[in-house]
Amino acid sequence: MFYREAGDFKTTYADDTQTFPIKFDRYRYYVVLAFAFGVIPFIINDYWANAVLLPFLIYAIAAIGLNILVGYAGQVSLGSGGFMAVGAYSTYKLMTSFPDVNIFFHVIIAGGITAIVGVLFGLPSLRIKGFYLAVSTLAAQFFLVWLFNRVPWFYNYSASGQISSPERTVFGYAVTGANAESWVAYLFCLVFVTISAIIARNLTRGASGRRWMAIRDMDIAAEIIGVNPLKAKLTAFAVSSFFIGIAGALFFAVYLGSAEVGDTFGTTKSFLLLFMVIIGGLGSIFGSFAGAAFLVVLPVLLKNVLVAGLGWPTDTAAHLEILIIGALIITFLIAEPHGLAQLWRVAKEKLRLWPFPH
Amino acid sequence: MKLKLATLALSAVMATGPVMAELVFPSLAYRTGPFAAGGIPFADGYSDYFSLLNARDGGIGGVMTAVPECETAYNTEKGVECYEALKGDGALVFQPLSTGITYQLIPKATADDIPMHTMGYGRTSAKNGKVFSHIFNYPVNYWDGASVGVSHFKDQAGGSLEGKKITLLHFNGSYGKEPIPTLEALAAQEGFDLTIIPIDYPGQEQKSQWLQIRREKPDYILFWGWGVMNQVAVQEAVNINYPMDQFMGIWWSGSENDVLPAGAGADGYKALAFHNVGNDFAVFGDIQKYVVDAGNAAGDGSNVGTVLYNRGVYAAFLAAEAAKGAQAASGTMDINASQMRDAMEALEITEAKMAAAGLSGFGPEFSVSCENHGGPGMAAVAQWNATDQKWSLITEFGPSDGSIVNPLIEADSAAYAAENNIAERCN
Amino acid sequence: MSDTFLYGIEVVMNGLMTGVLYALVALGFVLIYKASGIFNYAQGVMALFAALTLVGIMEGQVPFSHLINAIFGTNIHHFGWEVPAVLAIFLTMGVMVLFAYLVQRFVFRHLVGQEPIILFMATIGLAYFLEGFGDLMWGSEIKKLDIGLVQGASLWFEDLTSGLGGDGFYGFYIDVLDVTAAVVAIVLVVSLTLFSQYSKQGRAMRAVADDHQAALSVGISLNFIWILVWSIAGFVALVAGIMWGAKSGVQFSLSLIALKALPVLMLGGFTSIPGAIVGGLIIGVGEKLFEFLIGPMIGGATEAWFAYVLALIFLVFRPQGLFGDKIIERV
Repeated sequence: MFYREAGDFKTTYADDTQTFPIKFDRYRYYVVLAFAFGVIPFIINDYWANAVLLPFLIYAIAAIGLNILVGYAGQVSLGSGGFMAVGAYSTYKLMTSFPDVNIFFHVIIAGGITAIVGVLFGLPSLRIKGFYLAVSTLAAQFFLVWLFNRVPWFYNYSASGQISSPERTVFGYAVTGANAESWVAYLFCLVFVTISAIIARNLTRGASGRRWMAIRDMDIAAEIIGVNPLKAKLTAFAVSSFFIGIAGALFFAVYLGSAEVGDTFGTTKSFLLLFMVIIGGLGSIFGSFAGAAFLVVLPVLLKNVLVAGLGWPTDTAAHLEILIIGALIITFLIAEPHGLAQLWRVAKEKLRLWPFPH
Repeated sequence: MKLKLATLALSAVMATGPVMAELVFPSLAYRTGPFAAGGIPFADGYSDYFSLLNARDGGIGGVMTAVPECETAYNTEKGVECYEALKGDGALVFQPLSTGITYQLIPKATADDIPMHTMGYGRTSAKNGKVFSHIFNYPVNYWDGASVGVSHFKDQAGGSLEGKKITLLHFNGSYGKEPIPTLEALAAQEGFDLTIIPIDYPGQEQKSQWLQIRREKPDYILFWGWGVMNQVAVQEAVNINYPMDQFMGIWWSGSENDVLPAGAGADGYKALAFHNVGNDFAVFGDIQKYVVDAGNAAGDGSNVGTVLYNRGVYAAFLAAEAAKGAQAASGTMDINASQMRDAMEALEITEAKMAAAGLSGFGPEFSVSCENHGGPGMAAVAQWNATDQKWSLITEFGPSDGSIVNPLIEADSAAYAAENNIAERCN
Repeated sequence: MSDTFLYGIEVVMNGLMTGVLYALVALGFVLIYKASGIFNYAQGVMALFAALTLVGIMEGQVPFSHLINAIFGTNIHHFGWEVPAVLAIFLTMGVMVLFAYLVQRFVFRHLVGQEPIILFMATIGLAYFLEGFGDLMWGSEIKKLDIGLVQGASLWFEDLTSGLGGDGFYGFYIDVLDVTAAVVAIVLVVSLTLFSQYSKQGRAMRAVADDHQAALSVGISLNFIWILVWSIAGFVALVAGIMWGAKSGVQFSLSLIALKALPVLMLGGFTSIPGAIVGGLIIGVGEKLFEFLIGPMIGGATEAWFAYVLALIFLVFRPQGLFGDKIIERV
């Protein structure tokens, strides 16, 4: 009844090829954007920003990047933590070497550097396929972590090897450093998320997305019809690493403020991102957001319910939290193997027909 | 969601009785995760001491204490989340027990005007109170520990380390890399050869490192590990028959968990210590009576008197003494974080205060000042006796070599101040 | 013979031993992948759970004691009895079989026919679940695993080889526990290979791995085979947990040994049992030699990434691993 296409006629090509052809979808999108940009900055506080919203936004960007690589192009990658580290360390070096340039540009350049590194470690994908490819990205993961630990130039020769982000401002408001207010940091990340999501959505809707999906589904057949596997795979790695690098830069500079590569960007991070992408739904931009929300918000929610609400001891609560997350993952997969995005698609399909049953 | 839960909790509390003011000492504990073996006894000790103060003395200055725990699993992001969750409830001081989380919180705590006590870990150069106004790491830090360790080896070697070989076996991360500049400076001064061998997390498998030690036959080994790395290192040292009294760990590598699994072979293993060991102190009798027997112990009572439990008690004792000082200085019993910080900066620990708390001889006497947030930098050496299964101190608390350590602290804190545009205070 | 050469031999021998320990963990992965096409991320956590259960049974711990104490306010921790090692191993094996049955019944029966990455995600959920469950059941403090395995340098071997390098050479170092583990691993590999080649159930397992429908049509019970395979993988996990737990105590980091087994798995091929051993030996020797020869020049701690780089180099030349099933692509 609400979610219908009947009566919705397109008269221009632009209207016909837009991302959200159904009016309900479009308005939903505008409402979400308005809420995110216009309402949340006024009601946000430090706890919500640091515990829920900032990690959600940053992991969403990284999940979008990884989804392009794993979901659209079908290349299994377990090196996302290492690539986030590249983004973080590039930003750090740029911030300390060129303190006058705005951090906005530093983050984008850091993404570019990560894209180059990603292409380098993506070269074996031309020969190795399937789960075996994970070995190349894991090699990247461990090597990059070792490199940032070993070479003192990366952390400006500090005694401990940790990098801390100095204070930087955008339009006069501090974005990084301890004096950054939560709404400024939130808006900064939100801008990046919105732009990344728009770019990713249009890339995957267009020719490059179709090329990636062709490689994922039947790569030999794709080659026969003229899709260049070298270009397709390497562009997938490049674009994916660009987004992951931006996420890493924001993670270090805006959210954490300081990082130690082994602890912050280790294999746990890589696996976490892969889980977000799979749970959210492979091959779907919405899925990246859903997966990031699931794996960021759920632990915090559980912790608050179990410890604050029921008053249980913290270690029992922590164990229960892990147990419940595991059980929920299994339940979701049995109910809907293609992830939360598929649940959403099915819901939309049902909504199109509502109130009719079929 | 949090607001709703907070309202529910508040209404539940209000329904039960009048809301009383409390002194809040948050505990960022890790009872799960890879370092749980170390985090559990510390958190237990910290919590039990405050339970003792509540049960025996009615709190501090008549105000009850509260120790809300938050599980970090040694994970930096969870540490940040815990800090944000607990900072608003009148938290007086944070003790993250993790170098990684400390680095995160240094700028945040300073901006939020809440002091942090990072006792024997964290950012060593925070000793410089002129740059780090809210961070305190008394009574000792890693560079002092490295210096005291080398001095001990020097005594053991008969007064000179010229031509000897010392190996630093360390956790390949910021925590383990901390002592390297000090040791390099000491190597230049004392004339020994320094080899540095890193161990990757988690350090479950250290065959290469110990084969290298077996080949090179260093005269002394200093060990900076945490978690399972400790046991495996001690076990491997026993396996290759390395003389245990030439093998010394930092205070985080010297607890019962690390040496018990290796059995009799670990006899003679040494560790640095900045507080006394064992349960031969009056306070433990009180803890047994008022806390463990009353069923209020944070753990099951079996780790009272172990090294890390004692460390938790010591941390709690220092925080409680600072709180008392804050109450005296401000005239109110219900102090806030800012007054706590001032009191920590004016803290003076004397033998009389320690004896009054039942901790006579538990640690060195020291005082904190505006410029010096790190205390005197005194450490002792403890040794493990595998037959009695006890640690005991074999030296007195001795000072570190200030001529080496202090310039390094100045340099590192100056770099931090320059990077973050911090003006020096205390002038 | 120069000292460096002799040291090199010592490093190679120890690398072989370590490689065998890695292979022990990789075996569990191979078994499950071979029979059901599932890459079992939970294998490391299964090893941890098995070791925790073994220690818990041996020491007479009350399961879920923290939870019970938190809910009911009691203070119980131990039953008060102690179970001898051999009986405890049998009981733990029983628990692992029960686990295999439950996993089959509640998780994988519902996911028949799904894509590999979905099954992989299910095992991730399983890993989380088992980790939380194991910690809840037995507690997260570190526990000592003592079933009578001896550790330490083999003095006999050291004396035997001490003359080789002239005066001052200590003799080669071999850890007795590693030798035990190597023997156990070889026995396991041989028996598993024989089982899968020559026994009825082993043939049924290979049939199931080949084609589910065809296996069903000749009367092989898929469920039974899957439960059997997961039980055997549970047994292998128990052995791996014992060997590694004896070295370092039973605690959370034990589940991270799976990460060390991944390059072994990829090098040897996901579907080959002898491949796990060969892969383990190659990775063990390779990473130790690299650390010995080149490590000091670039700062040490190179083992982690070099193992993967080594696997990567092999994979570039043989994309399905050394002994893995050749990937046949049809257009």
